[in-house]
Amino acid sequence: MALLEIENLHAEIDGKPILKGIDLSIEAGQVHAIMGPNGSGKSTLSYVLAGRDGYEVTEGSIRLDGQDLLEMEADERAVAGVFLAMQYPVELPGVTGMTFLREAVNARRKAAGEDEIDAMGFLKMVRAKAKTLGVTDEMLKRAVNVGFSGGEKKRNEILQMAVLEPKFCVLDETDSGLDIDALKVVSEGVNALRSAGRSMLVITHYQRLLNHIEPDVIHVLAHGRIQKTGGKELALELEQNGYADYVEAAA
Amino acid sequence: MSDKATLALLTGAPSSGDGPQWLATVRRTAVEHAERAGLPGVRTEAWKFTNLNALKALEPVAPRGTAEIARPASFGGLDAAELHLSNGTLTRADALPHGVEMVSLAGPDDAPGWVAETLGRIADTDQHPFTAINTGAFAGGVALRIARGATVERPILLLVDTQGVEGAAVATHPRVLVVVEDGAMADLVEVHTGSGAYVNNAVTELVIGKDARLGHYKLQAESGEAFHIAMTAALCADSSTYDNFALSTGGRLARNEIRATLDGRHIEYRINGGYLACGDQHMDTATFIDHAKPDCASHELYKGVLADRAHGVFQGKILVRPDAQKTDGYQMNRALLLSREAEINSKPELEIYADDVKCSHGATVGELEDDQLFYLMARGISKERARAMLVAAYVDEAIDHIQREPIRDAFRAAAADWMQRHIAGAPAEGGV
Repeated sequence: MALLEIENLHAEIDGKPILKGIDLSIEAGQVHAIMGPNGSGKSTLSYVLAGRDGYEVTEGSIRLDGQDLLEMEADERAVAGVFLAMQYPVELPGVTGMTFLREAVNARRKAAGEDEIDAMGFLKMVRAKAKTLGVTDEMLKRAVNVGFSGGEKKRNEILQMAVLEPKFCVLDETDSGLDIDALKVVSEGVNALRSAGRSMLVITHYQRLLNHIEPDVIHVLAHGRIQKTGGKELALELEQNGYADYVEAAA
Repeated sequence: MSDKATLALLTGAPSSGDGPQWLATVRRTAVEHAERAGLPGVRTEAWKFTNLNALKALEPVAPRGTAEIARPASFGGLDAAELHLSNGTLTRADALPHGVEMVSLAGPDDAPGWVAETLGRIADTDQHPFTAINTGAFAGGVALRIARGATVERPILLLVDTQGVEGAAVATHPRVLVVVEDGAMADLVEVHTGSGAYVNNAVTELVIGKDARLGHYKLQAESGEAFHIAMTAALCADSSTYDNFALSTGGRLARNEIRATLDGRHIEYRINGGYLACGDQHMDTATFIDHAKPDCASHELYKGVLADRAHGVFQGKILVRPDAQKTDGYQMNRALLLSREAEINSKPELEIYADDVKCSHGATVGELEDDQLFYLMARGISKERARAMLVAAYVDEAIDHIQREPIRDAFRAAAADWMQRHIAGAPAEGGV
């Protein structure tokens, strides 16, 4: 069985259907990309996977490692191994980066019946991972995302991913707001986290990101459904022709 | 028109014929003011959001004896010289740091000149009935003088505790005077606690000299049945710094009023605080900043957390007199409502008569933000814990302004202690 199995997923916001029957399965170790025009349901899919309130699943199922994610709250899904790298990381005034990470790690340990993490060892581990992503000590001491540039916010997301070591990562428009240098740093960070036991779903509007994070499979999402699935060549095709075919197809 | 409640609060006041002439005069005037004004009603602008009917219905009695006072656990780690006022009486005074002189205000027959010249001159009794009652009725308290040029590193911790008696409410009127002479520096921490039902009607007068610095930090953690009515009045001179912080967590009804006159140039006035209320608590903060001279800066940030049916009141006024050019004033009150039944009345007010000033004020009311909660939960943190973290972080923004680190830590611990008792999932102290 695949690590992530989405079957016939329907979801709506305020009674308005957005996802209209998504089927998707991702094997352990694979990176899939979802590309699509604005309004196709890309971000909705990421929030539905992470368990955000306000998105009602009306049909279908999502299973991670055989566990039913739809039965879990957002925090339980995170503990089970889901990680959403946000398109717009939220500012948390008064909560330092270090506290945020420690609370997140301890929530996992608590769920696993383990003691809280040793403070010194944790600090060392976080600093080492932060360094490779260009996240400074000063950023870790500051309130999460407060006063961070677009690039700093995204690097901070990837740092959280590195520290929390999830099984399944959703990267929602991680390339948005990044210049080419920042995109490189973030992509290298993501690539370093690719491993046999970990799957990723990279959501993006542009092919550019996929030059840096090379997916195994690409899906085109439009009108709330996956319209086409293929290999890397699909991204190039979209780069050339745009989404016009898909936007019109179901219109 | 002396009302019954005022007379009841004045019961047991020392006769104005007692004590030295200067004090007798001060007391006589104050009693006249108290009796003329009566206790304020909601038609009095300054009290429009705070109904005193429950206090007026009391028939308070004088306190009985004194009791040992223990610091709240959150302040346990603070290295400080302690002064204890139990039921209004000075019961303990540690050896005070070099440069600090102390006088007990229980019948100050032979009070030195600096006491006679300042006591009752800073806190106005004409417009403030409770201050008038305190001035007429105080039976004890302390006066402190920080000698010219003295730098007092060790904070002075004043523990004010009131013990109610069975079947009646007690009334006490503790009085504090601090004179910080030119170029001197000190930190005063006031902690108000108690048990049972009582009225703690406290007045603190402060004189801060030229180039002097006073850190003045207050924790109000009265009993849940208590009425806490307090006035702090400060007079600041040229180039002085007054760093004020107040955290209110206790009392059935609490009113903390802070009035400062910036009577010199280049004064830095920092007035920050927080109020944490739950159940049926009523918590009123009133601040008045009088920019009387040019080139002064005032910074004010209050953060409130109101749970259950708690009612918060914030009235902040900044007056910029015609002479006070180049005034830099900032005032902000932010309240977080954790329940639909919690309530806040916020009334910021600017009155500006100078034309070259920079003043801003504002007030916000909000709930916890969904996107912040989701962000924390999406990292595995439970909803309860996420809420508690965000509430603690909210208050911490104000506590952060306390200039002295050990004192800041103590207040942080006091806030964490409140969170642990009243907000499910709150992290232990130091968790945020």
